[in-house]
Amino acid sequence: MTPVQTLSAAQIKEVIFACLKQIAPEADLESLSPDVNVREALDIDSFDYLNFMIALDAELGVAIPEADYGQLATLNDIVRYISARLA
Amino acid sequence: MPMSEFRMPSLGADMAAGTLVAWKVKPGDHVTRGMVVAEVETDKGIIEVEIFEDGVIEQLIVQPSQKVPVGTVLALLRHNGAPPAPPPPAPVPVMTAAGAPPAPSAPPAPAAERERVRVSPVARRLAAELGVDLSSVQGSGPHGAIERADVEAAAARKAAVAPPPSAPVTPAREPERPAGGDAQAAMRRAIAAAMARSNRDIPHYYLETRIDMSRPLRWLEAENQKRSVRDRLLPAVLLIKAVARALGDVPELNGYWIDDCHQPQEAINIGFAVALRQGGLVTPAIHHADLKSLDELMEALRDLITRVRSGRLRSSDLTDGTVTVTNLGDLGVEKVYGVIYPPQVALIGFGKVTEQPWAEGGMLGIRPVLTATLAADHRATDGRRGAQFLEALTRHLQEADKL
Repeated sequence: MTPVQTLSAAQIKEVIFACLKQIAPEADLESLSPDVNVREALDIDSFDYLNFMIALDAELGVAIPEADYGQLATLNDIVRYISARLA
Repeated sequence: MPMSEFRMPSLGADMAAGTLVAWKVKPGDHVTRGMVVAEVETDKGIIEVEIFEDGVIEQLIVQPSQKVPVGTVLALLRHNGAPPAPPPPAPVPVMTAAGAPPAPSAPPAPAAERERVRVSPVARRLAAELGVDLSSVQGSGPHGAIERADVEAAAARKAAVAPPPSAPVTPAREPERPAGGDAQAAMRRAIAAAMARSNRDIPHYYLETRIDMSRPLRWLEAENQKRSVRDRLLPAVLLIKAVARALGDVPELNGYWIDDCHQPQEAINIGFAVALRQGGLVTPAIHHADLKSLDELMEALRDLITRVRSGRLRSSDLTDGTVTVTNLGDLGVEKVYGVIYPPQVALIGFGKVTEQPWAEGGMLGIRPVLTATLAADHRATDGRRGAQFLEALTRHLQEADKL
């Protein structure tokens, strides 16, 4: 596992992109606006979303409870949430 | 002599022909029931075809890259214990776009070599059209998978450095189709054929019911809290299991209508509609869904979706479904009125769970509500049986802990 305490927002974003790339290989993540709904923008269904959560857990050691899914709509949301959890 | 023929299977109501991509066996190999022996390309991608008898491969009749109609003998199988015999090679009706005899094709790469390279169906088709040798392409996808862009890049490099070959090496396969979006176009035609047949032949009737999902979702949330992220269950597995249970209660909806005859099936194999990221859908079967635990169903679902996305479906995935479930709950729609996949006789649709006003016991409250619909074949069943099914489905969902 990555030494998570030292990750900057930019590094977290990089990990998120790597995880998203696994489930949506053809997605153009560079053009993903940080304040749009990620699931809608990338057409991610609940199965892929669970895979995304599994990947984040594996890469960062952050197990996101289902109850918090609602706080993770946009890229900014996800970075903020993970930063807070790692702090 | 105990010899049998292994034929090009029909992998769905919409398939007329398939292209043999590769053999996974060679003459003399022992095969057992359920073993993948060949890869066949259809409009729905590359399918791993299983054999349904035990025996020894006597002869491979159809060669890789040949496109043949459903029912064509692909190989001869000698039953165990029978002596080898040299059967006369059967003439193979090879299909080409112009109806012309097939051009001699280059020797195929060994099966083992192909196996290790992961190639998306789109990329494989494009490579065939552009005459790109896949073994020379470096994949950029997950685990080195070769994707469309890799093939296009390879074709561009080839065009830039190599003079055009004097002899045409590109297989003359379906040249009328434009190269771009070819797989999607073929998939659309396949879906069009099946769905047009369904709407023409099947007198559908539709029923719907609203289901209070408070209890099942509460149970699922509590259950998932006890689990690691990797072991979480999706609501879809509750729906699949509840459908399987309800089909056990109303078995008439599980099966086929073939030749003016209703043929309910004992095995409950639920075809689960999976959308493809590049467009189109397939409905691979979750076998014996009624006998699987929720964890086993989750595993089966994971396996199926992963294989759909990577183009590794097997023939039994596509041919064994006895009923279809479509779940559009990830999108905004509340109800799905499905088109039955022939020769099945029912399709169950689920929409999105939304908070809705719910009156019960003289009280008005707000509940998470799911609308379940049933599209059923009126030749096989009547509305009363359909209503009983939806009632059973609701009941089983309310007892999620027993699913």
